[in-house]
Amino acid sequence: MAAPPPPPPDPQFVLRGTQSAVHALHFCGGAQGQGCPLLLSGSQRGLVHIWSLQTRRAVAILDGHRGQCVTWLQTLPQGHQLLSQGRDLKLCLWDLAEGRNTVVDSVHLESVGFCRGSILAGGQQHWTLAVPGRGSDEVQILEMPSKTSVCTLKPEADAKPGMPMCLELWQANSSSRPLLLAGYEDGSVALWDVSERKVCSRVACHTEPVTGLDFDSQKARGVSGSAEKALAVWSLDEQQALQVCGTHKLTNPGISDIKIRPDHKILATAGWDHRVRVFHWRTMKPLAVLAFHSASVHCVAFAADGLLAAGSKDQRISVWSLYPRT
Amino acid sequence: MDPVLSAVRLTVREAVHTLSSSEDGDLIFSTLGSLKRYLGETENPALPGEQEEFARVHFSAFLRCLVGKLSPDWLELLPNGQLEELWASFFLQGPADQAFLVLMEAIEGMAGPSFRLMKMVQLLARFLREGRMAAVMEGQCRQQTELAFPLLQEALVTKVVGLPDRLGNCLQRENLAEFFPQNYFPLLGEEVVRVLQAVVDSLRGGLDCSVSFVSQVLGKACVHGRQKEILGVLVPRLTVLTQGSCLWQRVCWRLVECVPDRAVEAVLTGLVEATPGPEVLSRLLGNLVMKNKKAQFVMTQKLLFLQYGFATPVLQSLLGYLALDSQRRPLLVQALKELLDTWGSSSAVRHAPLPQQRYLSKAILICLAHLGDAELRDSRDGLLASLMAGVKCRLDSSLPAVRRLGMIVAEVASARIHPEGPPLKFQYEEDELSCEMLALATPRPVADSPSEAGPSVTPVAAETPDKETVDGGVPQARLEGSDSELDSDDEFVPYDMSGDRELKSHKAPMYIRDCVEALTTSEDWERWEAALQALEGLVFRSQAATREVSVELAKVLLHLEEKTSVVGFEGLRQRALVAVTVTDPARVAEYLTSQFYAVNYSLRQRMDILDVLTLAAQELSRPGRLSRAPQRSSLDPPSQPSCTAAPAWRAVVDERIRNKARRFSKGCPRRGLAGSPNEFNVVAGYFFFPLLRRFDKPLVTFDLLGDDQLVLGRLAHTLGALMYLAVNTTVAVPMGKALLEFVWALRFHGDGYVRRGLLSAVSSVLLSVPAERLLTDMSDELLEARSWLADVAEKDPDEDCRMLAVKALLLLEKLKDKLLSLSSP
Repeated sequence: MAAPPPPPPDPQFVLRGTQSAVHALHFCGGAQGQGCPLLLSGSQRGLVHIWSLQTRRAVAILDGHRGQCVTWLQTLPQGHQLLSQGRDLKLCLWDLAEGRNTVVDSVHLESVGFCRGSILAGGQQHWTLAVPGRGSDEVQILEMPSKTSVCTLKPEADAKPGMPMCLELWQANSSSRPLLLAGYEDGSVALWDVSERKVCSRVACHTEPVTGLDFDSQKARGVSGSAEKALAVWSLDEQQALQVCGTHKLTNPGISDIKIRPDHKILATAGWDHRVRVFHWRTMKPLAVLAFHSASVHCVAFAADGLLAAGSKDQRISVWSLYPRT
Repeated sequence: MDPVLSAVRLTVREAVHTLSSSEDGDLIFSTLGSLKRYLGETENPALPGEQEEFARVHFSAFLRCLVGKLSPDWLELLPNGQLEELWASFFLQGPADQAFLVLMEAIEGMAGPSFRLMKMVQLLARFLREGRMAAVMEGQCRQQTELAFPLLQEALVTKVVGLPDRLGNCLQRENLAEFFPQNYFPLLGEEVVRVLQAVVDSLRGGLDCSVSFVSQVLGKACVHGRQKEILGVLVPRLTVLTQGSCLWQRVCWRLVECVPDRAVEAVLTGLVEATPGPEVLSRLLGNLVMKNKKAQFVMTQKLLFLQYGFATPVLQSLLGYLALDSQRRPLLVQALKELLDTWGSSSAVRHAPLPQQRYLSKAILICLAHLGDAELRDSRDGLLASLMAGVKCRLDSSLPAVRRLGMIVAEVASARIHPEGPPLKFQYEEDELSCEMLALATPRPVADSPSEAGPSVTPVAAETPDKETVDGGVPQARLEGSDSELDSDDEFVPYDMSGDRELKSHKAPMYIRDCVEALTTSEDWERWEAALQALEGLVFRSQAATREVSVELAKVLLHLEEKTSVVGFEGLRQRALVAVTVTDPARVAEYLTSQFYAVNYSLRQRMDILDVLTLAAQELSRPGRLSRAPQRSSLDPPSQPSCTAAPAWRAVVDERIRNKARRFSKGCPRRGLAGSPNEFNVVAGYFFFPLLRRFDKPLVTFDLLGDDQLVLGRLAHTLGALMYLAVNTTVAVPMGKALLEFVWALRFHGDGYVRRGLLSAVSSVLLSVPAERLLTDMSDELLEARSWLADVAEKDPDEDCRMLAVKALLLLEKLKDKLLSLSSP
């Protein structure tokens, strides 16, 4: 250890003006050459801000959730279409092409929880959407854009995992069977085989509800955070069985969101302790603690080019450039 | 008269006559040749009777005559140095002892460098080179004891051992390298081995021999302090030779036994130091300690109690030697008893220097390692009693090193002496010494080492499996992506994460009074902690508010107890107290000093008071204190990184300002400390004098002159520090005077720590009080102090005390020089 560690980094810039706590963030465009890169943020007061990363100003504000908190934002791979999930039990599909910002469709949700949805889109016209279902422990799978309910994933009667807290739809490279990872209220993470509607494997990762998870399908390894003081890293073997590889202690309890960078090199967590923590994904070595926010951080997002954004209860969005992709 | 004898006498007389009168080289050559017959080793040697007669009666006289003839002209009588060769052969082939004595006598008898002296010296060098010294000693060994002439032997011993000194005296700068002690004594060692070899051979042949002459030589050489040189050669050879040979061992034992009493100590000390281990020592010495009282005294008393400069292996050899034989083991038990007695005596603890205490402790541990449980059980009560007495004395000591020594020995010894009892366990920091001592206590350290290495390895091992499972869970995935991952570790250099602390709720009080209230009444521990942590900063920020409650706050802090395990509680409390004292020095110092002698305080609190006073005085006397912002605590890492980051933006900003600003005049920017008065000046008296007021009046719970000498030592150190910090103040003179009186009253205190404090106090008086005032106002005290310092510098058992006294004396000297140089022009 010859050189002392570099001092903690400062944010590249900070976006202010949401005027309420930020609950959802999503990067879109940029890398695929769809014009200037944008950052979307969803606020507690139901507004979706569209920020230009070039001018660092909000270019548009979408109001579609009647003042209820926006919890999830996701663009479709075709572009120009945005999904926003709000606590008004509505999931809106926006058309953003050519400066439009109108709701083209919406799905009525039946769960009042904080669980965010997840989509699986293979580039076709059709895509799969997973949202919390009507029953408290159910997950509903919809075929979009037709809004056909494909199935409802309901745990076995004796499992009692509680409500689903976070969802992640994915597909192994080799097969076309959609799989769903769901983190539950009892701290367990379950892998669902959507087409067979059954749980392939379930593993207890935490003692508190799982609040965020992300999965790296290349390495068949995922990470989850909860209200407790540790992250859990788990992996999936060839028999589709989950197993916990290890836990990593945090200084302060509480994780509200967790994301792996698209290049699978690092991951970031949004902490209740106002800090964003960055880890090396392969070794889980802590790399940085970003202490900028003055209230708990609600969400983190990575852009395709590696930019990291964090949204916090203190109404600010900080944007960081760490370990740039080479 | 025996015709043989008269014939020899006649021949010798004729030869001497020829030598003295003739100038004819051939004649002299043939005469010498005819005498050579008496030495044997020619083609037609003389009869044995004649040879013996010549050697006994005429040889020395003839050699002296030869010495007398030596001159350049005489040697030139025949070409090619034939005559010189023949001349030398008499010395080299005749009876060695006589030749040696004549040579030495001749060399010493000649004054100043001359041709003859140089020839003789070269001859002596050749004598040594050809191994004649062995012949000298061997000749003495072969003599029948009754025939030996003690006076001659003694002279011979003196000359053999004193050769380097004598030649050094004679030759001064012309001395040859062979005669330097560092070369001569190893040679002598080699010769001794050869003599012993000859002795062993002749004993094998059934001839009687005595080694007492060799013993005398050895003893004398060791008394002369040449143990290292001679034994350094002798011991390794003997180690090899005695291995597996009883005869050699017996010769060796005899060799040591015959050493004269006054040389026993020197020889044994050298032997113990030179032998590589107890087994070898046992081979070389045999049961010497049982036979020879003097040797027993040296081995069991002198080397253990009176000397302490030896390295640990020497102790191990010594005690191991005692343990190796069943006859000698009672001596070991006895030694342990005496060692523990000494170890347990409180006066020894007080007066023995630390290295000796360490030496004793090591000896005890080694003894314990050697002794069996049965042997220990027999004398357990006595051992335990002295052990406990010693532990008590040591734990009472004010020197941490002594305390630690007590703990280590107590732990080990109690476990051995009283294995059934509950084990003693102390908390002390592991260091080199403690590891060494603990290693001594285990009888076979080699066998134990793997188990000792165990715990140090485990923490590392505990981390690795964790990582391995993380990586090992997805082997197939790693193979796919490995190309990009192998090289990727370097680019992810972690940022500084030292600021990552546990998040505290925001309850830190914003006002001093809130803090006081939180610290006194709060049941909310988070609030209590937050108040404690915020206090120092608050005090510095709101000085006026602090002054209103300063004494109350000091009281609260002084009585504060650690209720929760706050990180760095002691430091926080101390810094807060210092901050309060600095903010309102007069009143708080008055309060603190009054509390120092009050009842119902723990020693810890009293020492805290002293520490706080010192630190506050230091802060107050720091030059330029006001111009700078209050010092940030060093325990605050987040501020440090930003400091290092600052220059980058600062440079940019400065550059911009320089470019935009127009200046009308140039000059260097004002920097440097503005002079400001020493704030300590006004209040030094409050800090200092109350502490001196009542040190000699014991309270029920607090007796500075009795048991609480640790606090007394701290007090002395504090007073010294306050004196030093009061440099350049007006009150320094009365302070110095009072301090010297204090020192005078305590100068013979038995505790080393106290004496150190006093000595440093004297030094600070010398440094702080102006030289002229020292001379005018306290010359008497200075004179007294000086004689005391000189005494301490010479006689004090504590090394640090001696050092401090020497430093103070140096200061005095400097002061004297300064005064002289002031008065002289």
